[in-house]
Amino acid sequence: MGLTAQSTGTGILKQSFDFDFDLQNNIIIALAGNPNVGKSTVFNGLTGLNQHTGNWPGKTVTNAHGKYVHRNKTFIMVDLPGTYSLMANSVEEEIARDFICYGNPHATVVVTDATCLERNLNLVLQTLEITNKVVVCVNLMDEAKRKKIHINIQELSKQLGVPVIPTNARNHVGLKELMDAVYDITNNNVATHPIQVKYPSVIEHAIQIIEPTIRELVKHKISSRWVALRLLDGEHDTIRSINQYLGYDLLKNQQVSMKLSEALQYLDAHGINSDKFRDMIVSELIHTAENICNHAITFENTKYNEFDRKIDRIVTSKLFGIPIMLSLLAIIFWITIAGANIPSEMISAFLFWLEEHFSNLFIKLGAPSWLHDILVLGMYRTLAWVISVMLPPMAIFFPLFTLLEDLGYLPRVAFNLDNFFKKACAHGKQALTMCMGFGCNAAGVIGCRIIDSPRERLIAIITNNFVPCNGRFPTLIAMAAIFIGSTMTNSIAGSVLSSLVLTAVVLLGIIVSLIISKILSKTLLKGLPSSFTLELPPYRKPQIGRIIVRSIFDRTLFVLGRAVAVAAPAGLVIWMMANIYINDLSILSHCAGFLNPFAQLIGLDGYILMAFILGLPANEIVIPIAIMSYMASGSLMELDNLTELKNLLISNGWTWLTGICVMLFSLCHFPCGTTLWTIKKETQSLKWAIISLCIPTVTGIVICFVVTTVVRLLGLV
Amino acid sequence: MSEKYIPLHQLPIGKTARVKELVCDGNIRRRMLDLGLIHETKIEALQKSPSGDPTAYYIRGAVIALRSEEASKILVKM
Repeated sequence: MGLTAQSTGTGILKQSFDFDFDLQNNIIIALAGNPNVGKSTVFNGLTGLNQHTGNWPGKTVTNAHGKYVHRNKTFIMVDLPGTYSLMANSVEEEIARDFICYGNPHATVVVTDATCLERNLNLVLQTLEITNKVVVCVNLMDEAKRKKIHINIQELSKQLGVPVIPTNARNHVGLKELMDAVYDITNNNVATHPIQVKYPSVIEHAIQIIEPTIRELVKHKISSRWVALRLLDGEHDTIRSINQYLGYDLLKNQQVSMKLSEALQYLDAHGINSDKFRDMIVSELIHTAENICNHAITFENTKYNEFDRKIDRIVTSKLFGIPIMLSLLAIIFWITIAGANIPSEMISAFLFWLEEHFSNLFIKLGAPSWLHDILVLGMYRTLAWVISVMLPPMAIFFPLFTLLEDLGYLPRVAFNLDNFFKKACAHGKQALTMCMGFGCNAAGVIGCRIIDSPRERLIAIITNNFVPCNGRFPTLIAMAAIFIGSTMTNSIAGSVLSSLVLTAVVLLGIIVSLIISKILSKTLLKGLPSSFTLELPPYRKPQIGRIIVRSIFDRTLFVLGRAVAVAAPAGLVIWMMANIYINDLSILSHCAGFLNPFAQLIGLDGYILMAFILGLPANEIVIPIAIMSYMASGSLMELDNLTELKNLLISNGWTWLTGICVMLFSLCHFPCGTTLWTIKKETQSLKWAIISLCIPTVTGIVICFVVTTVVRLLGLV
Repeated sequence: MSEKYIPLHQLPIGKTARVKELVCDGNIRRRMLDLGLIHETKIEALQKSPSGDPTAYYIRGAVIALRSEEASKILVKM
């Protein structure tokens, strides 16, 4: 199997530690925290790096790092994956623990959620066992205030024995104080006296037996108490990583192994086995957290979560849960389709107006006409088409989708859909990675790191492509509008119908991905679903302004930039293919002619199939390529509106069946080049990349063939 | 009230119970401990997902969804 521990666990780990830090002049800060506490917001607030944040657990899938300068010192902040614990039960926890333990950060900032502090303190207490250079950041203070939760910061700081800074990172409140505290702690301006969790006396006694020996050996390289606890707990992975860090095998030391067996015997004599030991450790951590919170927190309103529960009861109810989910999707599509038309036409008019000026410029300069044709008719027109068709829907779709994400709705989607994933023997978090795929399948594939089980991660990776990414939405929207929406005389009814069709297409994609998941888990990737817990985080008030800015800059411009980067050279290549003739036929026509018999079987034609193949670098350019191929001149015409496009397509033999098949094939075909490359990187295996290429393609061919054959047999076309 | 322990997935929606025992070991047990499911932890069944599984529970200030397979390994007392 391609997905070995090497490629998924330590492999990623090594990769993520591969920073080129200038240790002499920079101060390294680790940023830890539970999932979904606004850690990425704190990170962005401090470093200005725009890491995309969302209201769902487990957003940080790679270690981002960024810089900030405070009081003339440069700090490098490493954003660790969100974890509940450092006991290394998952890859994320391993990464976080290893960085805090062995990455030698000058300080660790633990971000906590003010509305859920008790649970967050578990991680704080575990971090304090490893290092005393800790600053606790209590984030989301505004949410706590809204829920009438009062936190006595001074008391909390006194109890924990380290600086505690209240923040509201979304509004940049408290970040300066946080930087001050980090500055002070790294400059040894403040002494910390971290609380030491007192375990039951039996365990404390066992620690006493072994700790002095360890302390002598490891000196100050690492906390001896922490090492003692891990040895007693018998965590093999942790012990291995400790040994790796120390450069020698602790257990090979006779003193240590002697003392360890003495301590274990002592525990055994008191009826404490490995599971019991872990229970006692965790229980004590939790009781300590409880105790601290009893001192530092008062709840004015114990029903502070009631509002969230009310919303949950509706959006995940048996009756309304799934209808609400589908309606939301349909509404988003409708706003996108209905809203994109006018700006799309305006942009297109502007770009083609610009084109005339370019042409004039070429004529004035006396440039040869072939150069003009290649650059203006080939490259520029393709670019103009991609921008005018893609930009408006994306600029509408992404902010709307980000809004849902920001509200915290997506984990509810996972909750609603989990049973279907369970029945498909897939992981519940696959619903989340699927949602990430809506933006970009490559991002969705990387997002699959949140799934621990290698088998289920592979399933999620392979099937991610069945949710249409943003590059494919323009194709789907155009097809739905042309062949379905335009059958209605009323334009509003048309856009409603188009959005319903789009919703159905997305739904089909989800169903196909479930079926394929099921087939995979019965054949190539046999196994049972692994355990699954999903947190449904509190709903958060979305910040509209920020959503718009973020989704436009982080997503829209990123996707558009990529499309442009690919479309420009592709435009060039296609123009040449369409304009270089062999035996009276262009190269493009030769290829299309070759593909045509097969393409007809699946309801397409040779040009469309050719466009899909040439669109491998980026799905965005499939329709532009098809259009360009149809043009006798071999270059893209000025398409001011969809009616002209429709006329062009119909005159080239398209029917509504062609439109449907293009949509289906767009939904189910090989992933784009970037996604394939990402899959290869994530699975460390060419084999899985090829499988991810074949499965959707074969699925698409089969679906299109069946639909085409049935429609033709029934004589509907 | 019943004196017997019941598996968590049988806890009726809206009812609160206390954790008595985890009948699992290894990784799954660790995960549950991470959620704060230790002896005597209060846990409330909030609601089922539209298709009946998983169920959302209120555990130590957080809402956590557990599949019935996992919930059945947690014995609680109402």
